[in-house]
Amino acid sequence: MADRDVVRTAEPGLAADREETLAVAGVGVRLGGREVLHDVRFSIRAGEFVGLIGSNGAGKTTLLRVILGLQKPATGQVRIGGAARAGRGTAVGYVPQKIELDPDMPLRARDLVGLGLDGNRFGIPMPSRGRRERVTEMLHAVGAAAFADARVGTLSGGEQQRVMIAHALISEPRLLLLDEPLANLDIRSEQEIVSLLARISKERGIAVLISAHEINPLLPVMDRVVYMADGRAASGTTGEVVRPEVLTRLYGHHVDVIHLHGRVSVVPGQDDEPASGSRDDTHVLHADPAAPALDKAEGRR
Amino acid sequence: MNPILRAVFEPGFFASAPVRVALLAGGMAALVSGIVGTFAVLRGQSYAGHALADISVTGGSASFLIGITPLWGFAGVSVVAAAAMDLIGVQRRRGRDLATGIVRGAALGLAALFLYWGTTSTSTTGATITVLFGSIFTISGSSTAVAALLGVTALGIVAGLYRPLLLSSASPELAFARGIPVRATGSLCLIAIALAVSLSALTIGAILSTALLVGPAAAGLRLTSKPGLAILWSAVIGLAATWLGVLLAYDSYYWPPAHQGWPVSFFVVALVLVFYLLAQFGRPAGTRRDKAVARQAEAGA
Repeated sequence: MADRDVVRTAEPGLAADREETLAVAGVGVRLGGREVLHDVRFSIRAGEFVGLIGSNGAGKTTLLRVILGLQKPATGQVRIGGAARAGRGTAVGYVPQKIELDPDMPLRARDLVGLGLDGNRFGIPMPSRGRRERVTEMLHAVGAAAFADARVGTLSGGEQQRVMIAHALISEPRLLLLDEPLANLDIRSEQEIVSLLARISKERGIAVLISAHEINPLLPVMDRVVYMADGRAASGTTGEVVRPEVLTRLYGHHVDVIHLHGRVSVVPGQDDEPASGSRDDTHVLHADPAAPALDKAEGRR
Repeated sequence: MNPILRAVFEPGFFASAPVRVALLAGGMAALVSGIVGTFAVLRGQSYAGHALADISVTGGSASFLIGITPLWGFAGVSVVAAAAMDLIGVQRRRGRDLATGIVRGAALGLAALFLYWGTTSTSTTGATITVLFGSIFTISGSSTAVAALLGVTALGIVAGLYRPLLLSSASPELAFARGIPVRATGSLCLIAIALAVSLSALTIGAILSTALLVGPAAAGLRLTSKPGLAILWSAVIGLAATWLGVLLAYDSYYWPPAHQGWPVSFFVVALVLVFYLLAQFGRPAGTRRDKAVARQAEAGA
């Protein structure tokens, strides 16, 4: 067990150059006697696009909840902008998977984005030209202007994602957290959302942490990856992390990284630990051919 | 007065003191129910509102037994029930209907007992009729003052929490991430709903008060996609139904068969239904039903 205790790869050399927007330092969480997160540590700097990859139950959502301040860690701490604080409020923008509002409810995309500006305030908002223009500008920036006056409940998954991204960004956060934004999207919307997020991250210098169970759609734009399995995390560039040695230590049983038809699949190896029942042995993870994607990713740095 | 107006407003309508009290108290109840009701519908709490109305029967019937004004009974019991439902878990989607149903069943059982005692001790069904079907023409001055106080309280709650309530109805997660105490705002909203149904219980009766809570709100959200405007429509429709109902009830003293006058509550509830049906013809900008249907067809293909 010792060899799988903590999997960590070297931080990139640029670490000291820029201030860390988010630092997750040795975070551990126990829920109902079960260890859900174990010594998770990584950091994200301004303008970085980081994928939080793992299968269901790997601990991604719990980690996001800790960063948001909705879950207290048993060990370790989360620092945002250098200060140890919970992530609620305007410093962190959060995008959940979907909106829970029926199509016949009167709340337009425009209204939801406006609530990103002042939704936590008391009283009835006074309409002002400045507020309206800011909302319109934000809707344009995420490509949601066409359905600005549509009810949010009538929007498709991809359209809702754009509106929620606008909602999150309008308060000008330093960190944007997205919980499985690509789940339930068709391939085209998926690509559009990924490139939108990558553009926003670079243009506005916002640190983006996006959770996903598929690494593939994120590979072209990801600066670094936080790979999670069984409550543990490995972080680094994709080239450093998506390798048989690293993932074998992370999963606690042997995995292979197989190149197949120009793609890379991460599959369970032949010599599994026999009694690793709690892990999902059928988990298969696809990755693009490492070299070109990584060149691209690292070239952006 | 010209002949048409004389036909609409039967003699003595504006001079009658009970009519003036009815217009005042009924108008207040309609405004509060219309405004608060929109939040109830938006937040998926219309069933909870319906249950609170039923539960207030217990308070109304008990107040007759102990000889206090029924409004105190309606309001006291429904606010306590709102708190109880909140504790049991009305805010969790799965626990909501169960908790509501259990509290409602128990309260209606008590109401049956109290109304039975009331009927046997006075040998009349006056109390039962008043509690169940309202007493808009016989509201005392002091009840009107109390109604105004409770109404202002309910309106103060939803006006103060306008934005947090809207945001948490779209997504509790988004609201959490903005630092909104979602649980507490939800509890306060439920109390506002309890107060609103108490006021309507006084005017059109406890078992009919849901009609004023849900009906105008349901019509309002058919007419516009703007949340503020939907609330305004709801208030106007509730007010129109109540005032027209009072007028028709007054006029009905001159109608066949008995020249006894028909109950106001019947007219109000019937008018709410008429307005709701008329609103179905409205199709506000932003609902994009055509596009949603097209998208479903596409997804199905």
